[in-house]
Amino acid sequence: MSPDQPSRIAQFLEQHDKELLLAWVEHQRQSVASRRDLIDEGELREQSQQFLRLLREAAALGGNDVAGPRWEAVRELLRTLSESRARLGFSPSETALFVFSLKAPLFGLLRQYLGTDARVLAEETVNVTGLLDNLGLYTTEVYQKSREAIIASQSQEMLELSTPVVQLWDGILGLPLIGTLDSARTQVVMENLLQRIVDTGARIAVIDITGVPTVDTLVAQHLLKTVAAARLMGADCIISGIRPQIAQTVVHLGLDLTTVVTKATLADAFAVALQRVGLSVVRSAAPR
Amino acid sequence: MERIPILKMGPVLLVSIQVDMHDQLALTLQDDLTDRIVTTRARGVLIDISSLEVVDSFIGRMLGNIAAMSRVLDAETVVVGMRPAVAITLVELGMSLSGVRTALNVERAMEMLKAATTDGHPPVDGHPSAGEDTDARRPD
Amino acid sequence: MPVARTEKLPIQSSEDVVRVRQAVRLLAVASGFTLVDQTKFVTAASELARNTLIHGGGGTVELESLTEGRRRGVRLTFVDQGPGIADVQQALRDGFTTGNGLGLGLGGAKRLSNEFDLHSQPGAGTTVRITRWT
Repeated sequence: MSPDQPSRIAQFLEQHDKELLLAWVEHQRQSVASRRDLIDEGELREQSQQFLRLLREAAALGGNDVAGPRWEAVRELLRTLSESRARLGFSPSETALFVFSLKAPLFGLLRQYLGTDARVLAEETVNVTGLLDNLGLYTTEVYQKSREAIIASQSQEMLELSTPVVQLWDGILGLPLIGTLDSARTQVVMENLLQRIVDTGARIAVIDITGVPTVDTLVAQHLLKTVAAARLMGADCIISGIRPQIAQTVVHLGLDLTTVVTKATLADAFAVALQRVGLSVVRSAAPR
Repeated sequence: MERIPILKMGPVLLVSIQVDMHDQLALTLQDDLTDRIVTTRARGVLIDISSLEVVDSFIGRMLGNIAAMSRVLDAETVVVGMRPAVAITLVELGMSLSGVRTALNVERAMEMLKAATTDGHPPVDGHPSAGEDTDARRPD
Repeated sequence: MPVARTEKLPIQSSEDVVRVRQAVRLLAVASGFTLVDQTKFVTAASELARNTLIHGGGGTVELESLTEGRRRGVRLTFVDQGPGIADVQQALRDGFTTGNGLGLGLGGAKRLSNEFDLHSQPGAGTTVRITRWT
């Protein structure tokens, strides 16, 4: 690509800026994919105007390497736009069409003003097509990545919601684990538990694993890690909800749970916990 | 040479680690503490690490050593105020510090040490049991 | 992936190890790591810095600030010209329950990082690289 070609398109964009913006916004308005239900015309016009300006500035700097540093401002605009549209509920195509929809009005103007020189027209068309194709694809990529990030953060939220720490009594916390305990979950469990220990000054935590389907070597390690972490914060743990199958697995796999107190039921564990903190339950009067 | 100060409160020695220690400083603390336990006939050691944002394997081992050595000298050690992020990291490192007693705060730690230091077991050379400041009576 | 900043620090004394911890912390905070992730990464750096000093006879660490799309990261490369590690597998093996910390802290540093890379040849020094992402 020769050095004067990029600046030619930049010049063209400069000369026909207003006309192009008008044509482009009109073109987008008429397209169903512009999703006027999700975005209003004022905002669309503003985004389009900004894009044209940044496109012009980047093109003036030369080169058509849209991944390079000269095109960073354009990429940033497209990133912001793509992320906000992903959040608004645009599909990936609808988002990419923002860029692709510029082609028709731009080609129209190119034909109108450069139509007499076929060679130049052809070169500029190819040039512009390359630029806009790459930018449109970039928009799709960013969209994908931001969807993935949203899904990841929703997973994280679900993870946190599914590991609540409850206060069973003064100084006694309960941690009912439901579902599998993998290393990601263990991190969340540990953070929640330790924070609650600090907040409530708890001395005992009862970790109930009734809802944990299988306990293998890894799960046992995760449990022991959690117990060790709580202990470093001055709180002892009791593991409850040991089903007969789990007891069998523990023995068969040779898992060493001797460092921690284990009980079959949460009720038994709670009784032990009360004892440990020096409390007892007394019947006050005959039940009504 | 810089040293971490060790305070005495009755039969308990108090150490508050407020700085990011380099290894030499940690080793000096270890030595100083064992010395002081002997010279003051301390029955308890309270190490406050609530200011420490990082406890790596070296410092972890130091804490374990202090606990073990003081136990040999008939004193009980309690480490106080470990931050949750530090606890999680230590456990990930593989250091459970199982020989080290821990407490959430100084009040708890003092309760634990009180129980350990007033167990009616007098210091070996027949001085009055812990609770009294025995320094005043020491010959040298 | 674009590297925003690079800093190289010497590791020739135990005070240097402290300086490395502090520099890594600053970088981790600037990159927006959560508190737990900061703590883990600084601790890993401390382990590796100490290794470089004690087992490697001194060396350097390069701190790099990375960006990959939306996520940010920090990469540390510890280099020494020491005796090297003969049995890397053994060095990385230090089970959770041993806890006596006699190992080289490599296993720990690996668990505390997202990415871990080690090159060592007996007599030709050691290079350890760890990366943590937001």
